[in-house]
Amino acid sequence: MPVEILMPALSPTMEEGTLSKWLKNEGDKVTSGDVIAEIETDKATMEVEAVDEGVIGKLLVAAGTENVKVNTPIALLLQDGESADAAAAPKADADTPAAAADSTGGKAREAAAETPVAAKVPAAPKVDVAADPDIPAGTEMVPTTVREALRDAMAEEMRRDPDVFVMGEEVAEYQGAYKITQGLLQEFGDRRVVDTPITEHGFAGVGVGAAMAGLKPIVEFMTFNFAMQAIDQIINSAAKTLYMSGGQMGAPIVFRGPNGAAARVGAQHSQDYAAWYSQIPGLKVIQPYTAADAKGLLKAAIRDPNPIIFLENEILYGQTFDVPKLDDFVLPIGKARIHRPGKDVTIVSWGIGMTYVVKALAELEKDGIDAEVIDLRTIRPMDLPAVIESVKKTGRLVTVEEGFPQSSVGDFIANRVQQEAFDYLDAPVITIAGKDVPMPYAANLEKLALPNVGEVVQAVKAVCYK
Amino acid sequence: MASRNTASVSSRKTGSKSIDEFAPGAIVEFDRDQELKAYREMLLIRRFEEKAGQLYGMGFIGGFCHLYIGQEAVVVGMQLALKEGDQVITGYRDHGHMLACGMSARGVMAELTGRRGGLSKGKGGSMHMFSKEKNFYGGHGIVGAQVSLGTGLAFANAYRQNDNVSLAYFGDGAANQGQVYESFNMAALWKLPVIYIIENNRYAMGTSVARASAGVDFSQRGTAIGIPGLQVDGMDVRAVKAAADAAVAHCRDGKGPIILEMQTYRYRGHSMSDPAKYRSKDEVQKMRSEHDPIEQVKARLLEKGWASEDELKAIDKDVRDIVADSADFAQADPEPDVSELYTDILL
Ligand SMILES: Cc1ncc(C[n+]2csc(CCOP(=O)(O)OP(=O)(O)O)c2C)c(N)n1
Ligand SMILES: [Mg+2]
Repeated sequence: MPVEILMPALSPTMEEGTLSKWLKNEGDKVTSGDVIAEIETDKATMEVEAVDEGVIGKLLVAAGTENVKVNTPIALLLQDGESADAAAAPKADADTPAAAADSTGGKAREAAAETPVAAKVPAAPKVDVAADPDIPAGTEMVPTTVREALRDAMAEEMRRDPDVFVMGEEVAEYQGAYKITQGLLQEFGDRRVVDTPITEHGFAGVGVGAAMAGLKPIVEFMTFNFAMQAIDQIINSAAKTLYMSGGQMGAPIVFRGPNGAAARVGAQHSQDYAAWYSQIPGLKVIQPYTAADAKGLLKAAIRDPNPIIFLENEILYGQTFDVPKLDDFVLPIGKARIHRPGKDVTIVSWGIGMTYVVKALAELEKDGIDAEVIDLRTIRPMDLPAVIESVKKTGRLVTVEEGFPQSSVGDFIANRVQQEAFDYLDAPVITIAGKDVPMPYAANLEKLALPNVGEVVQAVKAVCYK
Repeated sequence: MASRNTASVSSRKTGSKSIDEFAPGAIVEFDRDQELKAYREMLLIRRFEEKAGQLYGMGFIGGFCHLYIGQEAVVVGMQLALKEGDQVITGYRDHGHMLACGMSARGVMAELTGRRGGLSKGKGGSMHMFSKEKNFYGGHGIVGAQVSLGTGLAFANAYRQNDNVSLAYFGDGAANQGQVYESFNMAALWKLPVIYIIENNRYAMGTSVARASAGVDFSQRGTAIGIPGLQVDGMDVRAVKAAADAAVAHCRDGKGPIILEMQTYRYRGHSMSDPAKYRSKDEVQKMRSEHDPIEQVKARLLEKGWASEDELKAIDKDVRDIVADSADFAQADPEPDVSELYTDILL
């Protein structure tokens, strides 16, 4: 049997890619480790290596084909004595990668479909960004990924202020582990885009020191899981210096990077720190969902004279949203955004949590529930007035986040709402969070450990007594 | 790095007075059995990792997957010097260490696919696997963390006054983390029996050693506090074994910690999603064709007439069968029962 060479998944979140180039032709002999093709994902150009030896029988997908789904057979590898004609696999039409994907049979495809990657990446959400009162009416909108929006925000602020610089692991020459700093080294040079060794505690402290001296560092953590190495400098040095110095000096610094679960990266790489940092006086904590908020709030964060925790999410990086085309688009820190006005129930979320809410909305509409969705955007200082005003209108509240349940952000919101709007509540507040377990690796358990759309729908119905 | 068949252990004076005692000659000459054992074990790691890469591409393995291809001689050579009760701990590039410690290919592969037959019941994944039975303490995803933990394993040996040693493996990138030096100091202060094995594969993700480290001789990282160090050709399993013998003797004699800098190379990207654009194809090709640890042993076996091509092919087939069996098992084994979500959190 000829061996099918499949379109490989080359990162935890990859679903499809462009087969940009074949480096071998039909009839070429290959051995294990030979590079046979190049594929492009939204993050990088990758090489496909042969994992077996044999002769390339047929190339099933033409070079240049876009949107080739993971696990689509892209070529046949013939073993000793086999001929290409004997290969029964249908030749996929290169122009219709969907058809090619359909021809994928067997276990591999089922398994891929089962992975949370497929389940977790929501279809391009439609967000009415123009409805944000902080954006002038009639502003032109440009579809932009969260990744690009973050990069643009940093580039604009670096052009504007020579004291702004970026440092972190792989931010310069590698262009960012998740390609958020793409192009910055080329534009700003290695004085302002600084690759560090893998020494988080050290470079976080160096950043805080530089900020105390008046520079405006953007410190990228490859992920916030690694900022646990640095959390002492973030909290004891960055957050407290202004107070301890009687207002003489603070630390105008942004700590940013992906936060929370990605896909199947296990217990040590999947933690959500929103609740942790939200506890600390002296910090501001931002966790955007849309590309527009990512851009407008990152620019605000860089200009802010305080230490800021800016929590991004790997799964959101590749998602596209409208971003207003303005010369200088800066959003206010600490102001929630009404994502969808409604009258029956208030749903509060932020960051990746919003993806569950957005999906739940469709179902809730079917059930005739008119939900008001508030995207907090900033966790600290929190726009509690916006939440309370909404709850006074709807009388019901559900919060949604991925972090651990005990002492969650939702717990804090629920507590404040019962203090300040007790008489308005028609039902107990439900706080949806991740499960009270370290993140498991197994696909089925990971899915269970995270919140899901069904839970959101169920909770909303429960507080509406439906 | 020494070319094929002419490996050497170069040692140098460090802060320790006794370094000469364990600065042996270039290599340990292997007998036929040792060569065959090294060949087989390195090949098992190589084929296992190739298969893991393949399963990753097919979506059976998720998350991060860091392959050990190219570095096989390090762990196989070190393991040859150990005795019952010695402990091993490493980072996330750990599949090779597990196989070398005797953990089953099925158990490792099923953990990679997140199935119930995996060594952590599918709950740990590629980066987080453990075996109490084999004295393998993980499998750690946070760069540098295993260095302090490995020092703690040595602390326990010293506390119990046994003569076991612990092996703490870490990368050239990890070697810059602060806790590494905090650990070095305690280990030297308390004369803990720990071997720090720095697997210098020249890159930490996309950063070459020279771009991240002010001093690139990692064997000297403990000099100021009297920890001796050896620089070793980590592509030659005999050189690794020679250094391992010396280091183990040093630790068992109660002389405290020692650093072994293994000069090695990873052929693949950092993880499956690394396009590895920071180095040239020629550089990789040169290492593969001139320094491959498995090819070195194979050449010696054939040259000395210790094995025929056919005998080596039979070993290949045997190894392939083990790997294929592990892959079949890892795909067919069911996912963990959903009740496992809430187990193993507290006792
Ligand atoms: C504290 C911490 N920071 C960053 C990372 C991300 N990371 C994982 S591996 C790695 C490179 C490590 O390189 P090295 O120590 O040389 O080991 P190698 O991968 O070469 O085996 C980085 C930066 C991490 N896992 N933990
Ligand atoms: Mg390295």
